[in-house]
Order: sequence, then C-alpha cells, then structure tokens
Amino acid sequence: MNIFFYIAATVAITTTILAISRRNAIHALLNLILSLLSISVVLYLLDAQFIAALEVIIYAGAIMVLFIFVTMILNIGLENKQEKKWYNPRMWFVAAFFAGILFLDLILAVKNAQIQPVAAQVIHSKQVGISMFTTYLLAVEIAAVLLMAGIIGAFHLGSQEKKVMHRFLEKK
Amino acid sequence: MFSILQTIWLTFLHLFHKAETVQYPEEKPYLAPRYRGRIVLTRDSDMNERCVACNLCAAACPVDCISLQATEDESGRRYAEFFRINFSRCIFCGFCEEACPTYAIQLIPDTEMGEYDRQNLVYEKEHLLISGQGKYHNYNFYKQAGVDMGVKGKGEGEMEEKPIDVKSLMP
Amino acid sequence: MNHILIIVGVLVLALTIAAGLIWVERRLLSLWQDRLGPNRVGPLGLGQVLADMIKLFFKEDWIPPFADKPVFVLAPGILVLTILLTFAIIPFGPHFYVFNSNIGILFFLGNSSLGVYSIVLGGWASNNKYSMIGAMRASAQMLTYEVFMGLSLMGVVMMADSFNLNTIVEAQKGGWFIIPQFIGFVVFFIAGVAETHRLPFDIPEAEGELVAGYHSEYSGMKFGMFFVGEYLGITLISALIATLFFGGWLGPSFLPPFVWLMIKTFFFIGIFILLRASLPRPRYDQLMTFGWKVLLPLALLNLLITGAILIFLK
Repeated sequence: MNIFFYIAATVAITTTILAISRRNAIHALLNLILSLLSISVVLYLLDAQFIAALEVIIYAGAIMVLFIFVTMILNIGLENKQEKKWYNPRMWFVAAFFAGILFLDLILAVKNAQIQPVAAQVIHSKQVGISMFTTYLLAVEIAAVLLMAGIIGAFHLGSQEKKVMHRFLEKK
Repeated sequence: MFSILQTIWLTFLHLFHKAETVQYPEEKPYLAPRYRGRIVLTRDSDMNERCVACNLCAAACPVDCISLQATEDESGRRYAEFFRINFSRCIFCGFCEEACPTYAIQLIPDTEMGEYDRQNLVYEKEHLLISGQGKYHNYNFYKQAGVDMGVKGKGEGEMEEKPIDVKSLMP
Repeated sequence: MNHILIIVGVLVLALTIAAGLIWVERRLLSLWQDRLGPNRVGPLGLGQVLADMIKLFFKEDWIPPFADKPVFVLAPGILVLTILLTFAIIPFGPHFYVFNSNIGILFFLGNSSLGVYSIVLGGWASNNKYSMIGAMRASAQMLTYEVFMGLSLMGVVMMADSFNLNTIVEAQKGGWFIIPQFIGFVVFFIAGVAETHRLPFDIPEAEGELVAGYHSEYSGMKFGMFFVGEYLGITLISALIATLFFGGWLGPSFLPPFVWLMIKTFFFIGIFILLRASLPRPRYDQLMTFGWKVLLPLALLNLLITGAILIFLK
C-alpha cells in the first residue's frame, strides 16, 4: 500500500513540475492530466474512493478536456517569444525566492503539526452525499448559485442577436 | 421519432430478403449479345479478313487506342499490315464498331481480360482476329457492291443493279 | 492464481470479441443491405478476421513528419487502454469478475471520460485540418454525451442503492431495470452510441466530409488500435446495457450465467450494427441540440421521478 502511495506521489510531483515547465501548451496540459490522475490514485489509497472517481471524471475527464479544447481553438504556437523571455532567471528569481520561503514555512508547519493517521475506513459515496446535504448544505448551495450565474453569463455571451433578413437592410 | 423506429424496423426486415449478390467466378452474370466487351476482328463467310484498313476506327477512337497500317495483296485487296489495340487504354465505348464500314471490328460480351503485366493488354492482329463472322453472319463487304476485286464481277453484287448499257435506248 | 486466470480470460475474451466483430459487422451489414459480405477467406469468411489482422500488422506504420510524434503515438493507446480497463468491473457471472469495485459505475464514467483524450489528442497531433475539425467535434460531442450518460445511470444507482455492478445485478432478481428505468435506458443507449462515436453519431470521423476525421493520418497498427478500440467500445457499451438494464448474468438456469450475459451483449451489438445499417448521420448542430435540449431534460426528469417514487415507497 505504502509503495503505491510513494509511486503515485512521485509521479504527481514530477508531472506537476513538467506541467509548468513545458513550452508546448498541449504537452503541459497532458502532464497536468497525469498529475491529476496520480492525485486520484493517492485519494483512492486513502480510502476516499468516491472523491478519487470524481477527480478523474470531473477534473481529468471534463475540465481538462475543455482546457485542451480551448488551447486547440486558440492554436497557440510552439514558439512563443514572450514566454521565452519569462524563462530567463531574472524574471522568476523574486517569485522563486518567495515560493522558497513559503515552502520552508510549510515544512516547519508539517513538522510541528500533530499528524493523525488517516481514518482507516472506507468512505462510501452515501456518506459523502449525506454530509453534502446536511453539514455542508450552505457551501453546496452557494456553489450552485455561483454555477448558475456562470451558466447565465455564458448564455448571455454566447447568444447572438437575430440577423435581419439581409445584411444590407441592417440598421447601422 | 416514429419514422426513425420505422426505418430501423424496415432495415431489419431486409434480414429475410434474398441477397442480390452474384458469386462471380462460380456463377457468371448474364451478358447481353450486344454487350460491349473485348474487341475482335471478324472474317467474312469465305474466311477472308473483313478489315480493309480504312482507319475509320482509329479516327473514331476517343482514346486513340487503335493503331493500324494498310497494305495491299497482289490482287489489289486492302488489308491491315498490323492491327494493334491497347486494351489498357480502351474504354469500350463501341465507337469503332459504329464507324466500321465492313463490320470487321466488333465488340463481344467477354470482359475477363485481367492481366498482371500491363504490356500483355496490347493485342496484336493475331490476337484480335477470330476465325468466325461475329455478330453479322453472311455479310461480305465485297459482295455488296463496288469494284471488281476478284470476289464478284461488275454489277453482280447483292445491292447492285446490272450495269446500264449506255449505248442502247431500251430501258 | 485464479484471479490472474480471470484477468487473462477477460482480456482475451474482450479482444477476441472485438476482432470477431470485424467479421460480424460486415456480414450483418451485408445481410441488411441484401448482400453476402465477406465469405471467401476460410469457412463462412471467418478467415477475414485473420487476413485483416495480418494486413494491419504488415502495413507501413507512417508517422507524418509534421505530426507531434510522442502525442501521435500515445493517442491510440489511450483509447484501447481505457476501454480494456473498464472491462474489469463487468460481472460475467456470480463469481466471475476482475474487480468488485464499490465505485464500479463511477470507474466506467471516469474511464470513458479519459477516452476522449485519445481522439482529441490524436486529431491534434496529426496537425491536419480535417483531423483537427474531427477532434473538435469529438471533444464537444463526447463531453456533452458524458453528462447524460452519467445522469441516466443514476436512476439505476438509486434503485439498486449502490455503484457496485455486482449489487446492481443482484438487485435485478425481482425484475429487470429496463421496466422502471425505460427512459434511463433510452438515454443511456443514445449516449452510448455517441460515446463510442458509432455510425449515426460518427461525426468526428464523418468520412463524407472529413476524410476520416481524427484518424486521417493514422496507418498500420496505430489505425488498427483505433479500429479495435471502436469495436471494444461497442462490446463494452453492450455489455454494460445488458448488465445495468437487462439483468446481466441473470437468467433461467439451463444455461450458465456467463452465456446469458453473452447472449444479451450480442443482441445489443446487433442493434448497434442495425443502427449503422439504417440511420443517416445527423448534422453536428442537430446532434448538440438534441443532446442538450431533449436528452438532458429527459435524464433529469427521469432522475427526479425515480427519486420521488423511491422516497414515496419508503
């Protein structure tokens, strides 16, 4: 069990690093998908099967497809001059410095924290559902309202005005 | 919605129909006598070549697959010195048959001309010439009308009247 | 040991059926079109499968110089892999399954959503306009139809009270789910056809307009993988329909359970081929409109009514 966890975790970290360092947008996205898949393996090993499956279906299966879809539509070129410029050390030195401080902070926090072993019981989808509609009802409702707003906005942006019979007859 | 289901059902009923397929090498499909297949050169009823090498077939051919050269024998009768049809070009349109004034060139209902080597599709005169009359029996161009070529005397042709004696007044 | 035998057995079974479908489909199609179909190679033309396989193996495997090579090679593998993985959750008999998962249906949905990548990436990596258009259509179509596919199965899940396919089959002992879940079955079947991009809904490859769509540039065994993947997809969807709505391996005991499942699966494979023989391809926007404006409300309504009745009966 443990060894699978470490394999999945290594894959997740490696692919995430690859995802942010690839020049080719599609390759980067592919690595991101792999990272999401390995995270779902980690979740499965932690007995959270339902969340693991949802991670694959929603993140890896639906959202990343949309990302790839958009990247394909925009047809991002392989050689991007602006992005090349961002890769020189001066540009990311400051960001890397602060990220390093955060990382140190995280290590200290983990070291001092009281780590409890993960509950060794399988979390069924039923429990997830019940807790979503009782304990976390407010969060679910807020998320639903947010999504609804998003859908209405998308519909508004996507809807076209009806064309008049002929383009010469249009009011300017 | 209903029409889609109906379509599916009607297609399903085709399960019980007889297949239209003709299993070709074992059972051959019927080819009409006037089917335009392989080209042959025929002979007349005296087993002489009908072709007079007039070049009309070569002129009519839209893909220029016929080539021939005329020559004469000792009695002055024209025949083809060589007659060559390139079947890899031929489109079996039958224009040569229509153009032929002597019924020499004919298309017969034979389509099995597959070859592994393209060069084998070039048929020479000895391949084209058959020892028969083809579709039009008892037709001899020289016996119909025209000049004396040793086949018939002047005015003895089937489509010909006796020569008129211009020196007589009798009708 | 026994487990490994089952795994190998399921793998061989799935691949054999998929290969055999090459022949089955051509013979059935020809029956419905008043033809005879391939009948020359071997008895009844069964050798055609072998001949096709030999042909695919020995064809030149050409990778176009303008293609994105690693992605181009990866894409056909993803399709076959995701579909073969899903065969693990199908119960072929009371104790004949690879993986008795508590999240069986979710596992299937996850894998089928990963299967989209194969087509999208294959089309993108080919670096060809037709492939690209095919990939775009595929991604939109499969994303759309995944939604109803999941929703239409939730009725079954509610009635069986589990995502586990073995439990779902056991729950159908009193009666197949096709009767209470007829709408769910219809939606799932249509979504399944669209998900495997089979013929009425094969707009990603629409050979009339897009050459061969996303696999225009593929040849040799890489094309063979897409080919086998399609037949594996048909087998998978048919087996799932049989399992979820038609009682899976349940049946009168004069035949073993495995045979019952196979009979039901082949019945649905036949319907898949019948659909191909009879229906024309819809236009792309018609497909999307039909999906979002008809199937989605239908699936949601089915879900609502099923839930209400279940609560009422409790």
